[in-house]
Amino acid sequence: MLSNRERPLTIAIVALGGQGGGVLTDWLVDTAQSNGYLVQSTFVAGVAQRTGATVYCVEMFPKDRARAIGKDPVFTAYPVPGDVDLVVAGEMAETGRAIQKGFVTPNVTTLIASSHRVYSITEKSALGDGIVDQQPVAQIAEKAAKKFVCFDMQATASETGSVISSVLLGAIAATGALPFSRESFETSIRKDGRAVESNLRGFAVGYERGSAGVSPAPEVPTDVAKPAGPNGYALSARIAATLPANAGAIALHGALRALDYQDVNYAKAYLDQLDAILQVDRAAGGEEKGFGLTEEVARQLALQMCYEDTIRVADLKTRHHRHERIRDHVAAAPGQPVYVAEFFHPRIEEICDTLPAPIAEYVLRSDGLKRVLGAFTKKGRIVKTTKIGGFLMLDLISRLRRWRRGTYRYKIQQQLIGDWLENVRSASHEDYDYALSIARCIELVKGYGDTYQRGLTRYQTTLDAVRKSTSPDRAADVRRLHTAALADEQGRVFDDAVNALRQGV
Amino acid sequence: MPERSFKKEVEKLRIPAGEEFAGEGILAVTKALLQSGVSYVGGYQGAPISHLMDVLSDAQDILGELGVHFESSANEGAAAAMAAASVNYPLRGAVTFKSTVGTNVASDALANLASGGVTGGVVIIVGEDYGEGSSIMQERSHAFAMKSQIWLLDPRPNLPSIVEAVENAFELSEASNTPVFLELRMRACHVYGSFISKENRKPALSLRDALENPKRQLDRIVLPPASFVHEQEKISKRWPAAVDFIREKKLNEVFEGERDDLGIIVQGGLYNALLRTMERLGLADAFGGTQIPIYVLNVTYPLVDDEVTAFCSGKHAVLLVEESQPNYIEQAINTVLRKADNQTRVFGKDVLPAAGEYTSKVLRSGLVGFMREADPAFQPPEGPFETMAASIDAVAPHLPERLPGMCTGCPERPVFASLKMLQKEMGDFHVSADIGCHLFSVLPPFHIGNTTMGYGLGAAGAAAFNTESSNPAISIMGDGGFWHNGLTSGIGNAVFNKSDGLTIVVDNNYSAATGGQNLLSSKGSAENRSTQHPIERAVRGVGVKWAKTVRTYDIAEMRKTLREAISKKNSGPKVLVAQSECMLNRQRREKPLFAKAVNNGERVTRDRFGVDEETCTGDHACIRLSGCPSLTVKPNPDPLKTQPVSFVDNSCVGCGNCGEVAHEAVLCPSFYKAQVIFNPNGLDRFVWRVRNAVIQWLQTRADKRRLKLA
Repeated sequence: MLSNRERPLTIAIVALGGQGGGVLTDWLVDTAQSNGYLVQSTFVAGVAQRTGATVYCVEMFPKDRARAIGKDPVFTAYPVPGDVDLVVAGEMAETGRAIQKGFVTPNVTTLIASSHRVYSITEKSALGDGIVDQQPVAQIAEKAAKKFVCFDMQATASETGSVISSVLLGAIAATGALPFSRESFETSIRKDGRAVESNLRGFAVGYERGSAGVSPAPEVPTDVAKPAGPNGYALSARIAATLPANAGAIALHGALRALDYQDVNYAKAYLDQLDAILQVDRAAGGEEKGFGLTEEVARQLALQMCYEDTIRVADLKTRHHRHERIRDHVAAAPGQPVYVAEFFHPRIEEICDTLPAPIAEYVLRSDGLKRVLGAFTKKGRIVKTTKIGGFLMLDLISRLRRWRRGTYRYKIQQQLIGDWLENVRSASHEDYDYALSIARCIELVKGYGDTYQRGLTRYQTTLDAVRKSTSPDRAADVRRLHTAALADEQGRVFDDAVNALRQGV
Repeated sequence: MPERSFKKEVEKLRIPAGEEFAGEGILAVTKALLQSGVSYVGGYQGAPISHLMDVLSDAQDILGELGVHFESSANEGAAAAMAAASVNYPLRGAVTFKSTVGTNVASDALANLASGGVTGGVVIIVGEDYGEGSSIMQERSHAFAMKSQIWLLDPRPNLPSIVEAVENAFELSEASNTPVFLELRMRACHVYGSFISKENRKPALSLRDALENPKRQLDRIVLPPASFVHEQEKISKRWPAAVDFIREKKLNEVFEGERDDLGIIVQGGLYNALLRTMERLGLADAFGGTQIPIYVLNVTYPLVDDEVTAFCSGKHAVLLVEESQPNYIEQAINTVLRKADNQTRVFGKDVLPAAGEYTSKVLRSGLVGFMREADPAFQPPEGPFETMAASIDAVAPHLPERLPGMCTGCPERPVFASLKMLQKEMGDFHVSADIGCHLFSVLPPFHIGNTTMGYGLGAAGAAAFNTESSNPAISIMGDGGFWHNGLTSGIGNAVFNKSDGLTIVVDNNYSAATGGQNLLSSKGSAENRSTQHPIERAVRGVGVKWAKTVRTYDIAEMRKTLREAISKKNSGPKVLVAQSECMLNRQRREKPLFAKAVNNGERVTRDRFGVDEETCTGDHACIRLSGCPSLTVKPNPDPLKTQPVSFVDNSCVGCGNCGEVAHEAVLCPSFYKAQVIFNPNGLDRFVWRVRNAVIQWLQTRADKRRLKLA
């Protein structure tokens, strides 16, 4: 038995389906072999594609050293925790999982990670925000590894028109964790023969950024709303004069949104409501709380006033910058034809939203009419906004906005807003926090069709249940039901929470 | 068109004797089969030996030159039955499948084969789907070896050992007239390494020679009285012959160490993991040198009793490293030692866990437990998990679970989206699921499927529910499972028993979950195979009256057909064939063609889906009806909104599911399809310019109007 702990170099690659973990492994095997190393690699086939992530394990040892010892090393098929010299992770949550599996040891492991996210289905399918923040993982990784190299390798791959595996290889070469020259890694890409040029480009930028270590996440610029004309400037001036700074920043977004959505009077009406809420806020001792209530109402009121009706959707879908955004999204060359087809499926409810209130009310009361109209709305419609006919149709609908104040949806929406603000106001007499929780709860009301109906019902049920309960902490009750309302689509969690509150459990 | 092509790699199978062969485990096994002079090979695909089937399929030319017959069998039972060719004739044969599920299916044929015994060597290569990445129930093949007396080889996981094991297995089989299992663990199948090759051998007796000189031995047929003789023969002749062969050929190995008072007995397949874990504990070096003697069981059944007693004698404690349960080897070794009146204490599943994979972490704690008991002076160095405890604990709460799901653009997605919508309309259904990609429907976002009883058994799994109900039982089956046995066990069974239920057969042109192998109903033509036999015709052939084939992406039609099938009472079993090609396979074929067409200046179009971030409300109802990897989320660009918006990333293949779902589920107006024209012709460019000019003029006018109000 040898007395020293001489052992093979161990690499663990944690890759998601489609990230090219196999290709990266092949390059590493080839590089090691051409540098006179004995190599073994293993993986579980077909797993990355469908079951999320898979671990590739590569081990290598210099041939001449093995000859000197007189024996080949016993290679392991799975990384042995404590002995992993290099961990390569193609995604941030998988980086965390590599740490959890015990692959990352201080003083031993060089950890190369891409900071981008590939969200899991549970994160994506939440009714609201289900994203699990990975910032803490980066901080843990910094401490857990001997050396931590981290940047957005997916973005780097896109920038260079290559794939993430070549960027990862560049970063591996840059860290010096493997005793091979930059040229020998590049030779392996060339020998492989597939997409050589783009892979070398990705490799080069990966090498450069890998040398820099941890690239800080780009600063998210604080989004300050900018008026585009005299009306906007007037609103901005009014906000600066009347509203506290934090609420004012949001209110400027809101006022400009209302201006864009309807007209200047609509924006003024928005600010009038806010002024009233500021009084309520102040009376409830909001000054000490940084006028949090006004800020929240500024945000939610803007969204409720600028609800998405057919007119708004048609307006947004026909704008020039939107067409440019789509061309960007599909990476169209200048002048390249890109035809856009919209998937609309307005139901009778959405049609009534845009009808004059009395007519809509008549239709909705008449089962016969509903049936007749319903027959026309069974199927969805495809509207081509890049063709003249389709565009004109939406353009026309968007111009209905001057009659919006007469529509049915406008009427019920104003009622909803009025009731909501009244609830906020009366709750503020009781408890500041209670008022704040109601102000926030209106966010449940959003969207179209079933989503809108579901949100509206749950919002109303929440307020109703809390009002009728004798529970001492109403703010907490609203918040709990608000969270429960976003837990699942069928509403099982929500119903349980409401029943529990009603029964005083 | 399988997942991976080995056309290039199979050329390595021609490497002349004496040269180094470098490649993956599956290629090495194929080479070993050729070096052993096999006459025939059969099998059924499934992880981890799917790619072994693909290698063999891609190696048809080389196999043909050597006169080797290769079949993609209908199922594992069919594969095992192929070995009947070795009963009367000195023909060597190999079959391969996934274990234990495949071995379950094959066990009828295997038991018959093992009873009568073999003349030519038969090797059954079982891909042991156990531990990390496994998709099946956790059991071991060992039980099959014991019940039928089929010898079980579990070689050390390096290519020279694996290749040698294949060659030894044939000899062992012939020496003991018994079929032999060769167990390949998950990672061994794809271990990349090298070995020195030998000459490929043409079989001494060809299949044709055998066929033209038929031989019949009544005493080899499993029928009384011969069957009673077989059992006696197994015990009195074949078993001792096997033990003698294993002993003489030294198939098991002993690695000596300084500490002769202790010992470790290990299954060959676990040797590398054990040794490297010992190395970390200072009990071995990374080159096989060890302090504690190790007895490596490259043959885990049968045991060689005198080898076991010889190894244990003089030792006060021995650790047995035997993965999974029951602890057959531990029981056997204790019996052997007891009978030999050997007092060595055997540690096993007392210091090691009774169940679960033996990872390095598990092995370490087992070794430490053993050493503490066996040697009070032993002091383990600080373990890596102790060093890393802080970061491991800290990271745990931040890790979202990553569940398996269907691929981007998968044609099975719209089937389950339709079913989910149907459940919303009519209430929940009892759904009997099957094996295959479609089983991912039991997970988020679909949550559809109650049970899975085995490959092709989806329809049979619903048989008990042949009773009147507003919502009849629905069963699901893939095309792979359908041809594996579902046509008889599911459809024929339902016809015969006058079932009134609905079976959805998901037909994606391939055995997709196992890597895209061809099937009877594959749409494409395949060399050496007969394809293009429609499933609908097959079910009508066994008596189904109501059978329809629907393109899966047509959700409106799919929903209509589902409703119709469910509302039709007392009309016998209904079969809906949900047909669309596996997107993974389709993209593999079409992507290069598309790129080529673009480069050649041909006019081609590409569809891509997108979500308008301004109208998306962040409810993600679309994702809950899809789960497509390309339909994801991103932070809301609207400063007033906090919930992430849906977003279609660059991996979108434009399958059309998003638009169909948005229409059918009445979701929201945010989805759009962008059709990009590559290499537009003159007319395209002209029409585009006109349309664009008009639209831009209208847009500029609207912008001006807005500016006036701003």
